[in-house]
Amino acid sequence: MNVVTNNKWIGQRTIRPDGMDKVTGRAQFAADFNMPGQIWGKILRSPHPHARIRGINTSKAEKLPGVKAVVTAKDIVDFPIEKGAVPLGIQDMRWMCRNVMAREKALFPGHPVAAVAATTEEIAAEACKLIEVDYEVLPWTIEIEDAIKPDAPVLHEWNKWEGKPSNIVGRLEHKKGDIAEGFKQADVVIERTFTTRPVHQGYIEPHACTISVAGDGKTTIWSSSQGQFMVRAMTSLLTGIPQSDIRAIPAEIGGGFGGKTIIYLEPIATMLAKKSGRPVKMVMTRDEVMRATGPTSASRSTVKIGATKDGRIVAARGTFYLQAGALPGSPIRGAAGCSFTPYDIPNLLSEGYDVCSNRSKVAAYRAPGAPIGAYAVECVMDEVAEALKIDPLDFRKINGAKEGTKASHGPVLPRIGYIETVEAAKASPHYNAPLGDGHGKPRGRGVASGFWFNAGGESSAQVNITEDGNVVVTTGHPDIGGSRAAIANICAELLGIDYSRVSVIIGDTQTVGFSNLTGGSRVLFASAMVVTQSTEKIIQTLRERAAKIWNIDPEAVKWENGAAHPSSPNAGQFEPLTLAELADKAPAMGGPIGAGVQLNTQGADGGYGTHVCDVEIDTDLGIARVIRYTAVQDVGRAIHPGYVEGQLQGGVVQGIGWALNEEYIYNKDGKVDNAGFLDYRMPVCSDMPMIDCIMVEIPNPKHPQGVKGVGEVPVVPVMAAVANAIYNALGIRFYSLPMSPPKISAALDANVKQAAE
Amino acid sequence: MSKIHVTTTINGEPTEFLCAPDNTMLDVLRGPLGLTGSKEGCSSGDCGACSITVDGRLVCSCLMLAVEAEGHEIGTIEGMAKGGKLQPLQQKFLEHAALQCGICTPGMLVASDALLRKNPNPTEEEVRFWLAGNLCRCTGYDKIVRAVLDAAAEMRR
Repeated sequence: MNVVTNNKWIGQRTIRPDGMDKVTGRAQFAADFNMPGQIWGKILRSPHPHARIRGINTSKAEKLPGVKAVVTAKDIVDFPIEKGAVPLGIQDMRWMCRNVMAREKALFPGHPVAAVAATTEEIAAEACKLIEVDYEVLPWTIEIEDAIKPDAPVLHEWNKWEGKPSNIVGRLEHKKGDIAEGFKQADVVIERTFTTRPVHQGYIEPHACTISVAGDGKTTIWSSSQGQFMVRAMTSLLTGIPQSDIRAIPAEIGGGFGGKTIIYLEPIATMLAKKSGRPVKMVMTRDEVMRATGPTSASRSTVKIGATKDGRIVAARGTFYLQAGALPGSPIRGAAGCSFTPYDIPNLLSEGYDVCSNRSKVAAYRAPGAPIGAYAVECVMDEVAEALKIDPLDFRKINGAKEGTKASHGPVLPRIGYIETVEAAKASPHYNAPLGDGHGKPRGRGVASGFWFNAGGESSAQVNITEDGNVVVTTGHPDIGGSRAAIANICAELLGIDYSRVSVIIGDTQTVGFSNLTGGSRVLFASAMVVTQSTEKIIQTLRERAAKIWNIDPEAVKWENGAAHPSSPNAGQFEPLTLAELADKAPAMGGPIGAGVQLNTQGADGGYGTHVCDVEIDTDLGIARVIRYTAVQDVGRAIHPGYVEGQLQGGVVQGIGWALNEEYIYNKDGKVDNAGFLDYRMPVCSDMPMIDCIMVEIPNPKHPQGVKGVGEVPVVPVMAAVANAIYNALGIRFYSLPMSPPKISAALDANVKQAAE
Repeated sequence: MSKIHVTTTINGEPTEFLCAPDNTMLDVLRGPLGLTGSKEGCSSGDCGACSITVDGRLVCSCLMLAVEAEGHEIGTIEGMAKGGKLQPLQQKFLEHAALQCGICTPGMLVASDALLRKNPNPTEEEVRFWLAGNLCRCTGYDKIVRAVLDAAAEMRR
């Protein structure tokens, strides 16, 4: 690690390179792109939660004037189930091909069954109505407790669990020590069961794409996603067009939070474009986003924690059932693997179960699975601390994981900053301030911690010096929260030039090397590594060029403040050669100056956070309101503190929504009853207080700038922090989310009734 | 369906367009007029990403028929910066890192500008309630509110 001290740009709140475009309306998001001659694609979706598709007749639709192409599952490459997994990242193409377009069965209301491209959106919608689908309607199941019953309707008959067809499609176990022996040593044992509802990522930009397929098969995709290379790979696999013929151009992305790590429209629009010979544009409605793109799992978790009188946890067990939706793949790894990691627990068993049911296929959502697990674990932690009469932060500190702790999911932890987050929370102005008078409204305070793995992986960058001596950096990761600004800070720092001279852009799939998804809190960690190495190569070239001009040894040249200097008086007396001067001389001195680096980056350290939450309850209306919130996190190194705080604040507010209001409500026909922003109640500005951030900086020793991922941890502790605060206010524990006004009112009424009896 | 001719003013420019009777103002802005700064997040008036002003009044352009623009003054995000010079709100959004993905930003700016024209010295609570019709999923609103309060202070100077 070579963390530079006395930084000029690292750690500065610079203006983001893409900022001007975004405050003036010039920035181009997915739906903002149009092509001459484009036509419009629309999807016909299943009205049924579960139905066998016996046949599809598209002939009437094809005859409607203005219709240019119709596609069904026949046009999408099949990945037969019996041939085994075809993994792409965390996805399996067997599930992706069936999610993009229903094959044997429609598995949820909203599941695509056919698509039309026509000269107008209206004609395309009209044509969808003319498609005749012969459905054999089947019994269905949505909630986990129903789907795991022995007599439940089974979505995938080929899947067997304990020898019988079942909706349980996967299991994961982490084990350490002997829990039976551990619980025997405990003075206090508390076991509780928790449920959470599906919640949507809630990005404001609906999925959209425009796709052109030329006569020779060369395909251009304009869409927004969390990875243009993922778009290219999945589209290639599902259409049969080789990757070398698909140029996926990343538009600005209007929020993703994990939900845009998979695709829905691109293969369909590609086949419509191929069949029609016209560019095809598709834009989802909000209704389609809510019904047919992946919210996170609902869950049912049972957590048991045992501790001795002196506050030591001796054993813990967690069992996490997560709802995958229509096809396998719920984030059990996050739930079972993350939830106990902040603690050093000698005896542990943590299990996850992946359960299919007739709702839309789950997609990643910010630290997938981890907030679900942390809600259960951190609420039980609060109860155990209370039973032991220990301050909940002290209880966490006593048991806190540190360097050398063997985590339940396998690794021996490196130098981590978890305990520092607990100490900072304990010392925070917030934790030491009185709750204040709610004027009749009860107030309470809660705390909780959380962990997320973070990730490294493949990244590519190209850094070029322009002929006029400025810098263009191209990376392969969609910038979802300010990564371009952080990259510019790093590059300007290393080159010793003004930040404004560094331009950072996101390359398309055919102009920059493979770069894995924007996800797993990996982008700045990984792209800073490849940009640093590229920039260091350039500095080496610049030193060599200066050495040649001065006719001295390159080792006798140093790079400082944007110019080459003789490294010492012994090297000779020369006027510095600036970046602009060396760029100007480049043609005569060996040619253009630039360097690219491609790596499978390693050494990402996990992230830890501890949160403090104050609530105030309107007992008449059952409304819990967060009145103060502090998020403490070990962020490694804040390259751009403004956007690090932004990640913390945004994650917290998503978690508050999850805790208090957000939920999918299914009606008696198995359809989502609140598929819009009015009824799916995300936090609005007037719901929230300011969100205070305390950034603890324990640099990652395996990273050139000490970076750790920061984007996902901040949502992990939130639901538990809010639940623990509500308990502190009301003396009532809520074991199911959301803690919405009807639920709080019912609990308060039950208390009044109980008191009267 | 035959189209209707509409004469209006957009960002101070006299403008004419043809639209279908059921086109929304947002359809026309983003389509034939090519003003894609106004975003479509929900088409139901719940997210505020399509916020514009009509004779200075804040409106969700997805809830307004395009024909209703006849004879009125429409203001969109594209008209906020004058000759490349940012309006103080735009500058403060950049300085405060009050945007992450940026999809809500045009609507937030148009709505905040409408607030400051009515109330040059709003409290934090007034800002929060005024912006309650503009969803942001990235920032948690903290930096947006600070940017608006800071811009208001600067504009009062």
